[in-house]
Amino acid sequence: MSTRLATGGRLTDRSDRLEFTFNGKRLTGFAGDTLASALLANDQMLVGRSFKYHRPRGVVASGAEEPNALVNLGTGDRVEPNQRATTTELFHGLSATSQNHWPSLEHDIGALNGLVAPVLTAGFYYKMFIHPRPFWKHIYEPFIRQSAGLGRAPDPEARDPDTYEHVHAHVDVLVLGGGVAGLQAAHAAGAAGAQVLLLEQSPHLGGRAPVDGGTIDGQDPEAWVEATVAALKAMDNVDIRTRTMGAGIYDHGYVLGYERLNDHAPWLAGPRHRLWRIRAGQVVTATGAIERPLSFAGNDVPGVMLASAMRDYLVNYGVAAGDRTVVVTNNDDAYRTAIILKQAGLDVPAILDAREYGGGALAAEARALGIRVEQGRAIAKVQGGKRVTGVAICAQAGAGGLLEEIPCDAVAMSGGWSPVVHLWSHCGGKLLWDDAQAMFRPDPDRAPTGADGAPMLRVAGAANGFLRLGDTLRDAEAQGREAAAALGFTPGAGAAPAAEATEEAPLAPVWLMPQGARDDLRKKAWLDYQNDVKVSDVQLAAQEGFESVEHTKRYTTLGMATDQGKLSNINGLATLSRALGEEIPQVGTTTFRPPYTPISMGAIAGEAKGKLFQPIRKTPLHDWHEAHGAHWEPVGQWRRPYAYPQPGESVHDAVMREVTATRTGLGLLDASTLGKILVKGPDAGRFMDMMYTNMMSTLKPGRCRYGLMCSENGFLIDDGVVARIDDQTFLCHTTTGGADRIHAHMEEWLQTEWWDWQVYTANLTEQYAQIAVVGPKARAVLDKLGGMDLSAEALPFMGWAEGTLGGLPARVFRISFSGELSFEVAVPAHRGRALWERLHEAGAEFGATPYGTEALHIMRAEKGFIMIGDETDGTVIPQDLGLHWAISKKKDDYLGKRAQARSHMTDPDRWQLVGLETLEGGVLPDGAYAVAPGRNANGQRNTQGRVTSSYHSPTLGRGIAMGLVHKGPERMGEEIAFAMEDGETMMRARIVSPVFFDPDGEKQNV
Amino acid sequence: MSDALLPLGGAAFEGIVTIRETGPQGMIQLRGDLSDPGLAAAVEQASGAAMPAPLGAHVTGPRGLLWMSPDELMVLVPYADAARTVAELGRALGDRHALVADVSDARAHFTVEGAHLRDVLAKLTPADMRREALAPGTLRRTRLAQVAAGLWLRDPLTAQVFCFRSVAGYMFDLLSAAASEGSEVFHHRA
Amino acid sequence: MLILKCPYCGVMADETELSPGGEAHLTRHGPGSDDTEFEAYLFMRENPRGVHFERWRHAHGCGKWFHAARCTQTLEVFGTYSAQTTRPPQDLLDTISEKRPGWRWRDLA
Repeated sequence: MSTRLATGGRLTDRSDRLEFTFNGKRLTGFAGDTLASALLANDQMLVGRSFKYHRPRGVVASGAEEPNALVNLGTGDRVEPNQRATTTELFHGLSATSQNHWPSLEHDIGALNGLVAPVLTAGFYYKMFIHPRPFWKHIYEPFIRQSAGLGRAPDPEARDPDTYEHVHAHVDVLVLGGGVAGLQAAHAAGAAGAQVLLLEQSPHLGGRAPVDGGTIDGQDPEAWVEATVAALKAMDNVDIRTRTMGAGIYDHGYVLGYERLNDHAPWLAGPRHRLWRIRAGQVVTATGAIERPLSFAGNDVPGVMLASAMRDYLVNYGVAAGDRTVVVTNNDDAYRTAIILKQAGLDVPAILDAREYGGGALAAEARALGIRVEQGRAIAKVQGGKRVTGVAICAQAGAGGLLEEIPCDAVAMSGGWSPVVHLWSHCGGKLLWDDAQAMFRPDPDRAPTGADGAPMLRVAGAANGFLRLGDTLRDAEAQGREAAAALGFTPGAGAAPAAEATEEAPLAPVWLMPQGARDDLRKKAWLDYQNDVKVSDVQLAAQEGFESVEHTKRYTTLGMATDQGKLSNINGLATLSRALGEEIPQVGTTTFRPPYTPISMGAIAGEAKGKLFQPIRKTPLHDWHEAHGAHWEPVGQWRRPYAYPQPGESVHDAVMREVTATRTGLGLLDASTLGKILVKGPDAGRFMDMMYTNMMSTLKPGRCRYGLMCSENGFLIDDGVVARIDDQTFLCHTTTGGADRIHAHMEEWLQTEWWDWQVYTANLTEQYAQIAVVGPKARAVLDKLGGMDLSAEALPFMGWAEGTLGGLPARVFRISFSGELSFEVAVPAHRGRALWERLHEAGAEFGATPYGTEALHIMRAEKGFIMIGDETDGTVIPQDLGLHWAISKKKDDYLGKRAQARSHMTDPDRWQLVGLETLEGGVLPDGAYAVAPGRNANGQRNTQGRVTSSYHSPTLGRGIAMGLVHKGPERMGEEIAFAMEDGETMMRARIVSPVFFDPDGEKQNV
Repeated sequence: MSDALLPLGGAAFEGIVTIRETGPQGMIQLRGDLSDPGLAAAVEQASGAAMPAPLGAHVTGPRGLLWMSPDELMVLVPYADAARTVAELGRALGDRHALVADVSDARAHFTVEGAHLRDVLAKLTPADMRREALAPGTLRRTRLAQVAAGLWLRDPLTAQVFCFRSVAGYMFDLLSAAASEGSEVFHHRA
Repeated sequence: MLILKCPYCGVMADETELSPGGEAHLTRHGPGSDDTEFEAYLFMRENPRGVHFERWRHAHGCGKWFHAARCTQTLEVFGTYSAQTTRPPQDLLDTISEKRPGWRWRDLA
């Protein structure tokens, strides 16, 4: 059984006992424990079930590479699935549940899948769920969806109560990994004067060295780490962050770091996670190496663990994975585990060394401790179901013939070490196959390059293939110095510390145990624990012709689980290459992609949630609208009042009331969102003639003109009223959504095409509050405010004037988008609220009514005025809308003119704007299509037009609409049918002029 | 001008730094040939500040000059003086090709004050907030989260941030969130 | 995530402070141009693996458009330069020739 020993545990504080629950069971651990070490201390060997066969799964590793011990953490709104117990720090009150089982972890129905395992081989889903075809939608897909997925997502109604944030950092040298190599590299770069940021994913610095032993500069590695960290912290130019993982490396030195601030202490104030967005001059990855499992039958039974992990649990947490541990290895490092276990008073019945030649000094040390060491031996099979009960031993060279059975309750395995090359590979770094060490390591000649084309990333220590302590430190010192030198810093005279570690005999690659394992053994030899991929599955894939490693990965799902194959990758590749009869480097690796381990969605979102999800733009009158019950409409990022329903009034009724009040008395509209762009210079007229389809250069100062803007493709992109301020100056009004876009459009042409023209622009949109004063009483209310002569003589239609209105500096434009007598008044934004309130006060006797965007839309539609985004959709040219009068024939050129001469644009068959009057007075659905006889090549009904705007007009008491209809203007009076949403019911409408109301403009000319 | 309302009425927030809406601030947008000595003389006269080099911010109290782009300055004057200064600048520039516009109401201003200000700003902008990249007297136009903003340091412990008026509420909430209790980063040196 | 130096204000701008503007050095064809010329101007674009010339705008910054020469394969930036030119500066072309012997882009080499 796994248990806590009476003493030991360099990371735990035995005076601080913590309570937590696992599947509702109350357990205790110590401060400093991980959830995994605490579970093992409580003899909780079984921690989950595998994905496909629901096989019992125990803790196999001690870090980020753990494939099995995935749990649901937290409760209520804070529940989070698929959290690795090995990297979850224990805290008082932690609540975890296991995943992927029903009804319970101990008794799981899904384990029946294991009984049919022989048919659930690689590619099972592809082969099984193809026929019969109709089964897919109604049977297979629902079934697969039901059984897919590991953890359960939180309740859809739950809202994450935690906060998250981003932070940007610019550094000279970024070091990823805080083991001895990372610390040494940071020290070397920092000593050279570079600004250094070091990220370590775990809470502890020093990595494996304090567990693995040896000496550095004559000291215990732990003492050296302590001294080195103290030295780094004393350096003003070095910042060290623990609990912060280097998640991904991207172009131009961009790196994401993932900091977990209070996962270990949820009661702390402040953000839960922080996403670091780093720009580094040079990056040094010192991410260490991960031990590989060995592929033998039953290597997934709880109690089988990586030898290094077993050592970690013992040294770091004082936890023994078993009382009797058999060690199986192809290298010397696993002997360290055997020695430490033995020294802790635990039983090690045997070390099975697959190498015929056996181990070096460490093997001798183990023998001296009285441990039985067998050379050329292998595990044929692990015995036990939910936990290990023993191992069957065979010769590594054979097919699995039984030599002996050894009772035990744990197995420590080591298949050698794989450098963590993920981050190196994220941004294109290439790998070399190191035959002697049987590992892929970074190829320094094919490094990821930065903006200047030079290498931007270096790898240090074990991640670079240097597994021995002395080599690691020498490499780290060199990489740190070179990183600083690459940025122009001058490294000093420092040198790597001298380190001593026991000499080791060479490793022998072992990709299958025993070498010629029989079929029944291969079918129980796991490669990918989480996704249940076995040696036999990869061999089958190769046999079926999957030669590419990328295809095999997808066919077998090898390495596709949440651990991304950190343990399984190399063993899988080696198995595939052997099955294909090729060398490992020829088969290659799959692509490593960020993030290194999953990061939270909250961290990605950062502050952008709730009210900060996206900016909401507010006009100077926003608060007044809010206080007066505005029903809001989003227009781009603006919020505009759609209508102002009164208590007990529906939104529709409010809109109708607002239209009528405006047409009969006085309406007030907040038009502040309209774009206002100033264009000035000696060449302004010439420039305006290029921007607009109209002739703008002939506009007289003091006058306004409605204008259209097109893209070079000829399509209508914006419209609005232009006021000529003086000889050299125009003020261009744009649509609400168009201000920034049109300003950028103007600047683009000025800067990149006509840079010799003397024109400046300025986007003054936000400088002004602009209020439309509309209706028969518009002039009366403005006269009451006083200060400007706004009579028809002084300010005729389409004129503008500047003055002081009611004590406020104002520009008044006599323009109308409603067909009513109308003035748009612009005042400085800070004073908009004052004008608005004065207008309401003075307008009370005229029934002053604030109106929203829907009333605005209805009134413009009654007059047949187009709206960008309704009548246009990016494929409509002004000619389609009957706007020929606004297109100058005299100009040689304007943006879009050439495109409007293309054959498709001049095609008489284009749909064109008309009014539509429903026969029974109903309202056509917006966007409805007019059907035509016959069907097209796809069997769809032919169409001959569509509705672009549709409203109930309170003025006319009927439905009115505008639409684009095939040859529409030639078909006045004709009735056509529009299909409703069901595609069957029809609504008939008559083609009429789009101007429904006051066609002669008598109302606005008063 | 007692009827001039700030977008947020002078809102303030105390967190790991202090956020305060300031103003109203007189602002005049000037586009023209910045290498023209006559133009430089005019803006120096109007603002009382020396012509800044690229990315410069020469500000004392409510007066100063911000270098916004190779052909654009922001002239800072007291709010009440803006209209008069626009007229004066217009006269001083004569018939030079230039654009002068009063934009005093188009933007909102905030001060961010405290030892953590570089960290707080670095949560929101990709721009380099290190001492060597942003010393007092340097203007940086960038984005803060999802909106355009400009910022400069009045002194080592006070940053001035400005953005468009319509997003003043977003900016205030954003800066407040970045300054929330317990969110110290301790990365940038003051 | 690219970082480009704005040649107008000198800022090293993050990609998120910039807005892209597509291929550089297009010649405008307006009224009077034939269909082939106009089609080429409006629609035909280079799609190189290697040296490319592009337009960018320092949108969240000084607002200026500029040109960038970079490698689409490695993302190496050879240089940024003024928007007010119809041809990349000769010293930049020389730099590219040094780093990518034998390169071609439209009529440039």
